[in-house]
Amino acid sequence: MSRFIVFLLPLAVIAGFWLLSRQESKLAHDPTHKSFFQRNGAVLGIVFIALVTFWMLFLVVMPYLYMVQESFHPRLPPMKRGGPEDFLTIQQYKSFFVEPSSGNWNTLHLRAFFFSILTSVFVTAVNFAICYPLAYYMAQAGTIQKVRLLMLCLIVPYWVNEILRAFSLRLLLASKGLINQTLMGIGIIDTPIDFLGTNMGLYVGLSYAYLLIMVFPLYNAIESLDKNQIEAARDLGAPWWKIHRDVVIPYAKPGIASGCTMVFMLSAGSLAAPQFLGGPSTLWFTSIVYDFFFQAFNWPRGAAYAFILLTACIIFVLAILKLFKVSLGETIR
Amino acid sequence: MSSRLVMRGMIAFYIFLFFAYLFGPLVVMSITAFNTPSYPQAYPFEAFTLNWFVRLWNHRSMMDGIKNSVIIGLGVVAISVPVGLAAAIMMGQIYHRARSMFYLVTVSPVLTPGVIIGISTVIFWKDVMGVTDFTKAYFYKGIILAVFGQASFVAAYCLLIIMARLQRFDRSQEEAALDLGASFPQVFWHILVPFLKPALISASVIAFLSSFENYNTTTFAILADKTLVTVLAGEVRQGTTPALSALAVVIIGLSLVGAIFYEVAKRREEAAAERIQERARLAERGEITGAKTGLA
Repeated sequence: MSRFIVFLLPLAVIAGFWLLSRQESKLAHDPTHKSFFQRNGAVLGIVFIALVTFWMLFLVVMPYLYMVQESFHPRLPPMKRGGPEDFLTIQQYKSFFVEPSSGNWNTLHLRAFFFSILTSVFVTAVNFAICYPLAYYMAQAGTIQKVRLLMLCLIVPYWVNEILRAFSLRLLLASKGLINQTLMGIGIIDTPIDFLGTNMGLYVGLSYAYLLIMVFPLYNAIESLDKNQIEAARDLGAPWWKIHRDVVIPYAKPGIASGCTMVFMLSAGSLAAPQFLGGPSTLWFTSIVYDFFFQAFNWPRGAAYAFILLTACIIFVLAILKLFKVSLGETIR
Repeated sequence: MSSRLVMRGMIAFYIFLFFAYLFGPLVVMSITAFNTPSYPQAYPFEAFTLNWFVRLWNHRSMMDGIKNSVIIGLGVVAISVPVGLAAAIMMGQIYHRARSMFYLVTVSPVLTPGVIIGISTVIFWKDVMGVTDFTKAYFYKGIILAVFGQASFVAAYCLLIIMARLQRFDRSQEEAALDLGASFPQVFWHILVPFLKPALISASVIAFLSSFENYNTTTFAILADKTLVTVLAGEVRQGTTPALSALAVVIIGLSLVGAIFYEVAKRREEAAAERIQERARLAERGEITGAKTGLA
């Protein structure tokens, strides 16, 4: 039943859009205005609409709705789907808070959830601190040739994929890795430090993976700031930290919000760094979702957890946008 | 003056640290690819070897993975570039009130964690393809689902790239062609597409590369098949071998070559543009002086 609703809902949305456009064209009566088909020709117009509709409906909206729908079902073998036991339930969401087998608080998953969110916030803040000076230097102080070279140096490591980057960090941070070798060789420590077990590896890995996601929006935002404004502030005697606090950062707000949201989203949803760099006892939230799909084969519960993650991310992003007082449209540009 | 010098030194030191952080792990990994021990180590460097590259070349599942990755990448380009183009054109023509809503829906996949895109793709297509035995046997495949899952957000990247260029398009060109009797398809193929060509090329490249190196969405959508990245993930989970470092060296080498090519091409393009501008300036000056002499 609920599956049919999923198929009907998009049709309702399309009808809504169509009515809206009808009404709008009536309100704004403009004799020079041409309709969509008049402007593009019938064939191309139909192709455009078909392509975009396919994308929106079958690749974006319906899969999302379907996932949400799946999360409200009990876990059933394929034979029993659609049978009398296939009813709508919130048991998958309840199981996030209360362990179904014992009835106790599900501290394991709750802790993993908050650990993932807080770590992502922390990584976002660290990356902002690391990247802001470079972005500022590239945007305001560097010469064109220098900026070009720096840009190139930033882009090349970005094309090495996530897995190999995690692997390279593991080579450095492992107990037999280069850093421990060096420290022991100098004689600072006697036994190797367990970077991976203490989650150091995880933090470094996440920060390392999304460094550039932070640099580019910051650079783009600061680059368009008029140099004269900084000059003026300096001439009026503002110390450097005041220039940043009162001139540069307020101006670069959309870029900061954009970089922070992207880094947060990517790190909260990351799979590679926690899998390869996390300690043996570290539980990352996406890893739990992964296990529900590939080890427990409990798709409804996995879908419910994925939806919880998505909701948390959306709330966080809206909070950041509110905090920086920018609109979503400005962020993605 | 000396405080300025100190400041400069500090900035240089900071930039050095930043790039050491960025490149350090990659450099260390690259060294291990040429060292003999089977546990990847950079120090002590025992002996130079290319053995790990040979091992990589003979790695069967990795080579199969590359093949699948290329197929998926091409599929993603084939879907997402036309979709991105169509969406960009519609974005420019849609009514004002609907535009922000349309924009929000189309870019939402960029902001959704890849894991969630992968999960929702699998759940949805499993049910849709399961309707008939035929579709289940021939279309419920990891490669197809991976293309669908990746195309959902890659199309949004393409949309953003193409839209940026489309905003600089002069509509009067289109009007002129129509007034001169061109048909709509002619205007599209002979005016709009050539204008958008640079954006279409860069959208294709970005689409292919982001498909090729995607992990989060693919690992769910790929089902029983394998791509290069999922094979890699399996290898890293099992243990460490310098063959992985060798692969990284190959990838770094390729992207370096690509970056240099890109830079050279861009320099050349800029030089050509400058020449044209210079010529235009000269022509303008010539015209002005010519007009003056004519008046006198």
